[in-house]
Amino acid sequence: MRSYLSDRMGAALLMAPLLLFLVLAYAWPFLGVVKWSFTLPTPGLGQYEALLTDDLVQSVFIRTLRIAAIVTIVSVCAAYAITVVWVRGTPAQRLIAEFCILVPFWISVLTRAFGWVALLSNRGLINTWLQAIGFISEPLALVRNEFGVIVGMTHFLIPFAVFPLASAMRSLDDRVLLAARGLGSSRMRTFWTVFVPMTRSGIIGSAMIVFVFSLGFFVTPAILGGGRSVMIAELIYLRIFQSPDWGLGAAISVVLVLFVGVLMAVLFRYVKPRQLI
Amino acid sequence: MPTYRPGPVSLVIAALVALFLLMPLLAVIPVSLTPSRMLAMPSGELSLRHYRALIEDPRWIDSILLSIRIGIVSSAFSTVLALCFSLGVWMFQPRFTAALVGFVLLPMVVPPVVSAITLYFLLTSVSGMSSFFGYDTWLGVVMAHSVMTVPFATVLILVSLSQFDRRIDLAARGLGATVWERATRIIMPNIKFGIVTAALLSFVLSWEEIGVTLFITSVNAITLPRLMWMGLRDNIDPAIAALSVILIIITVLVLAVRSVMARPRGGH
Repeated sequence: MRSYLSDRMGAALLMAPLLLFLVLAYAWPFLGVVKWSFTLPTPGLGQYEALLTDDLVQSVFIRTLRIAAIVTIVSVCAAYAITVVWVRGTPAQRLIAEFCILVPFWISVLTRAFGWVALLSNRGLINTWLQAIGFISEPLALVRNEFGVIVGMTHFLIPFAVFPLASAMRSLDDRVLLAARGLGSSRMRTFWTVFVPMTRSGIIGSAMIVFVFSLGFFVTPAILGGGRSVMIAELIYLRIFQSPDWGLGAAISVVLVLFVGVLMAVLFRYVKPRQLI
Repeated sequence: MPTYRPGPVSLVIAALVALFLLMPLLAVIPVSLTPSRMLAMPSGELSLRHYRALIEDPRWIDSILLSIRIGIVSSAFSTVLALCFSLGVWMFQPRFTAALVGFVLLPMVVPPVVSAITLYFLLTSVSGMSSFFGYDTWLGVVMAHSVMTVPFATVLILVSLSQFDRRIDLAARGLGATVWERATRIIMPNIKFGIVTAALLSFVLSWEEIGVTLFITSVNAITLPRLMWMGLRDNIDPAIAALSVILIIITVLVLAVRSVMARPRGGH
């Protein structure tokens, strides 16, 4: 009995510091943000009413959903292609694929956004080359618009889309694929009717991760959108720092958390967390 | 080894994706060598002036030193907290384990901008009580970065604990080892690779953190990403290209060393 009690004491003592830290530094201040959303600038539901009626807020919400949807489709397809090679290629192909996935993954979001500015801006690589070969006479507007945001976000999120797909593809039984081929199915047909359906959990997990990340994405849209293609996260930043409208920023945050929470709940109904790593 | 290999069509598409992934990293190299003061391609001659600017401008050096200091302190803090928590979970398997771990992982799942406004609320409230921990102080940034990195450290340590054979710990316990002895002499030496990885990842995450840092600093605590952000937002400074090239080279080297050290176990 004594040892049972001291075990529980030990657990409590070991777990307490982190739990206490997160309650004080995260949970409690989040409740403060919730309070802001109901009290600033005047007490009441005014900020939530604004979310439903304000044209600017609405258009930013719709743009965010649209960009997130496009980025999700493009990233998952691109990630699928490179993951197939990473998991099932020859050793040399696997090494190259791994390099191309992991190096960008470890490089900071700012460096990557800057790289895209260097490529896409008016005097950047792509416009310089296209003009040099006489393909265009005026630089194309590739950045500081929605196109630039989608390119930058897709680039950032492909590695995140890879991991759930890789885990689904690794656990797939080769013999099933060989059986399909052996029974006379073509490469294409084996891929579309056997391989893809069997990695469905990976596709769902990957799409949900990319979509959820896209919703709260801040740095890439702010730099590559150049203030013209504002997404929810940047709107929160602008409300807090440029038009000290803390109540609205807080209300948008609360709605964003609820929205993401619902999406995660749906995700975990279909995919076990273990399959995502 | 898989016997079912990707065909030529998959290889071509994958190669295009690989090119897309590497393109922005390669693009910064020519830009960093431009003699122009503006962001532009070098036309003809090359110059190292933007690399020199990094060394000569004290703002860059100061922000690098500050980022290193914040990274080390927040990484140590979050690794220790994560280690204690994970040991508690693993050794005693308390009730509500799933809920407690879920709570610890929240900062990893919640959109970063919401964490940012939350930590902004925290630090502006604390500012009134103490001038050391609050908004725009380096200890404030340490506190915020620790919140953001602690879930990652916890996941890594829990994963390495799950691969450790529980019977070894039970044997030590049966032979009369105290909780302290089991933790420090049996368990920790066996998961030291996981602990080191957790500390390293926490440092890297803090070193490149910008989403939250932007909300909680203004003029005093200018970390390296914060300075890069300022250079990117206003007038694009080619010194950032030089810095990016250096950061990319370091990343590639570290990954190369890591893949040589960690025997090929496949993937992640």
